[in-house]
Amino acid sequence: MGDFTAQELTAIFVMQGFSGLSLFCVFLLMALGLAIIFGQMGVINMAHGEFLTLGAYITYLVSYQAAEWGATALTWYFPVAIVAAFIGTFALGYLVERFMIRYLYNRPLDTLLATWGLGLILQQVFRSVFGPREKTVTMPDWLLGSYRATDMIDIPLNGLFILVITLVLTLALFALLYRSRWGIKVRATTQNRSMANAAGINTDRVDRLTFALGCGIAGVAGAAFTTIASTGPTTGSLYIVDTFLVVVFGGAASLLGTVVSAFGIAQSQSILSFFWSGSMAKVFTLLTVVVILMLRPQGLFASKVRR
Amino acid sequence: MQRFIKAFGGPTVLIQIAIIAAILMVLLPATTEIFRLNLFGKYLTYAFVAVGLVLCWGYGGILSLGQGVFFGLGGYCMAMFLKLEASTPEATKIQTTPGIPDFMDWNQITELPWFWEPFHSFAFTVFAVVAVPAFFAWLIGYAMFKRRVGGVYFAIITQAIAVILTILIVGQQGYTGGINGITDLRTLLGWDIRTDGAKYLLYYACCVALLLCLLVGNFIINSRFGRLLIAMRDQEDRVRFSGYDVANMKVFVFVMASVFAAIGGAFFTLQVGFMSPTFIGAVASIEMVVFCAVGGRLSIVGAACGAFIVSWAKTSLSDSFPQIWPVVMGALFIGVVMFFPRGLAGLVSDYGSKLMPGRKSQSKPSTDKPDTASRSSAGATPQEQA
Repeated sequence: MGDFTAQELTAIFVMQGFSGLSLFCVFLLMALGLAIIFGQMGVINMAHGEFLTLGAYITYLVSYQAAEWGATALTWYFPVAIVAAFIGTFALGYLVERFMIRYLYNRPLDTLLATWGLGLILQQVFRSVFGPREKTVTMPDWLLGSYRATDMIDIPLNGLFILVITLVLTLALFALLYRSRWGIKVRATTQNRSMANAAGINTDRVDRLTFALGCGIAGVAGAAFTTIASTGPTTGSLYIVDTFLVVVFGGAASLLGTVVSAFGIAQSQSILSFFWSGSMAKVFTLLTVVVILMLRPQGLFASKVRR
Repeated sequence: MQRFIKAFGGPTVLIQIAIIAAILMVLLPATTEIFRLNLFGKYLTYAFVAVGLVLCWGYGGILSLGQGVFFGLGGYCMAMFLKLEASTPEATKIQTTPGIPDFMDWNQITELPWFWEPFHSFAFTVFAVVAVPAFFAWLIGYAMFKRRVGGVYFAIITQAIAVILTILIVGQQGYTGGINGITDLRTLLGWDIRTDGAKYLLYYACCVALLLCLLVGNFIINSRFGRLLIAMRDQEDRVRFSGYDVANMKVFVFVMASVFAAIGGAFFTLQVGFMSPTFIGAVASIEMVVFCAVGGRLSIVGAACGAFIVSWAKTSLSDSFPQIWPVVMGALFIGVVMFFPRGLAGLVSDYGSKLMPGRKSQSKPSTDKPDTASRSSAGATPQEQA
């Protein structure tokens, strides 16, 4: 690294770190939904990436409609899009739980396969409806451009925006899980299902809502995702393996662990990819995670859960 | 003789294998031209993987979403040997560095990398086709099963390994051939593998190897070890407390599955004439699980047929209706998992026992099981009391 001055190195670290933050946001937004589903029900939702894609396509539809209504609509469509994406994916998740996952609860490996099949079908549906080409949403003006911190450091506004969404959503989820009655039910079900049942909690209902909520979060993730990249039928599945690792690495049923591991994996990929090629950075990061998981299978933050 | 038949799962299984042998080695070669037969040979290589998955997933309860890794490692070992044989200094004299594979020359590599050197020897290659995947499987299995990692975690980690290996191979183009893989393979020990005669011979070799695998697989599941595997899948702790080393059993069955996959991979390279990272990745690996699930995760013969039928359907459907295939595949997956967890083999044996009620007692124990296929619920009933 001899050919860089200290100042340049700092700038590189800040900028790579910031692009790592965008990756972190995508990982975290996807992993949050996956983590609460996996933590509570032990279900691995392989179609989670497709829920993100669905959210992104809903956002695209809303922005398309807004563009027809004119400039004012275009400036303010985004909150509407987030709500629409959430409702759409929440509803689909609810149906999937009701008609598929429910019957497979005591066969976790089979849920994994069935949801993968679902993902395959959804991908093909997206391809038939929206076409194989990637779609880009029309961005509101206030998301374009960048914030120049110093001469060398340039921070794009859409990156800041997705960071804010991620933070708000994470905090909201924390509040929901740790400060609401519903959260108490979820945590009770996670920790000891039969005892929670005995205490009068309708765990089937809790399961269904948790699954739908996890999918809804993926939908919001998809809406946020449209601000930093374009959407194709396979967009979500590109991130799914990394996201699984994020969830497992963080420790099942631990939100804090998910945040930390998403941060670690995203940052190391992003910073290393400046010094090595992108593929080697990814190989190195994922391999490290796998090796750590072999040594410490419970993940970073293990929580006591009765299986 | 009676004991011998019993060791392979009774007369029904041997008759099934004999029927398969007749179809593969007499009927198909007699009725199809060599181009199709070569394709069939390619489908058969997936059957090796499916047989391995029956052992490790159906009986051991270990779902590996990374069987493509072992299929690919076996295939790559074979491809490296064939590539070196095709890259003689005479054949490659237009390159900057003659005598090394063409893709290395394109990537400005001037010397054969050290890990390619041993693949000049055919004996070493045959050894490596089995040993390299087996070693990796042992490493992964030992590290994870000794720490009692299993179930979903194991599935995710093996899937991640498949992804990592794909990225690595694609990224290190100069050493591995990148996304195109290792192509343009010509001869095996001076014998041109692209001629029709060679294709026939390789097809028959593949069939014989597959039939052997079917026999070995059936031998394993009908041995004492097979019964232990079932017990371990359904009540792991009880087996552990009875004094068995559960981790070692899992490692063994995982290594067996990987060796089967690797042999399939080597035959794939020989018959198709190239190997590429597409056959390693997460999607390819999970498709191999579909083959096994559709055929029947508890029946060795069923899974082999499943691999053949599904990959045949895949080729013909995705050629004529590219939009429909993914939907069919996904629906197949959901349908099999939710409604027919024992796959085609389960359907066949149910029908068989309806038509011939007296024969039910003769069929394999595995097909008479209730649908507690993957070990999970604590309430799974012990199967092996009979």
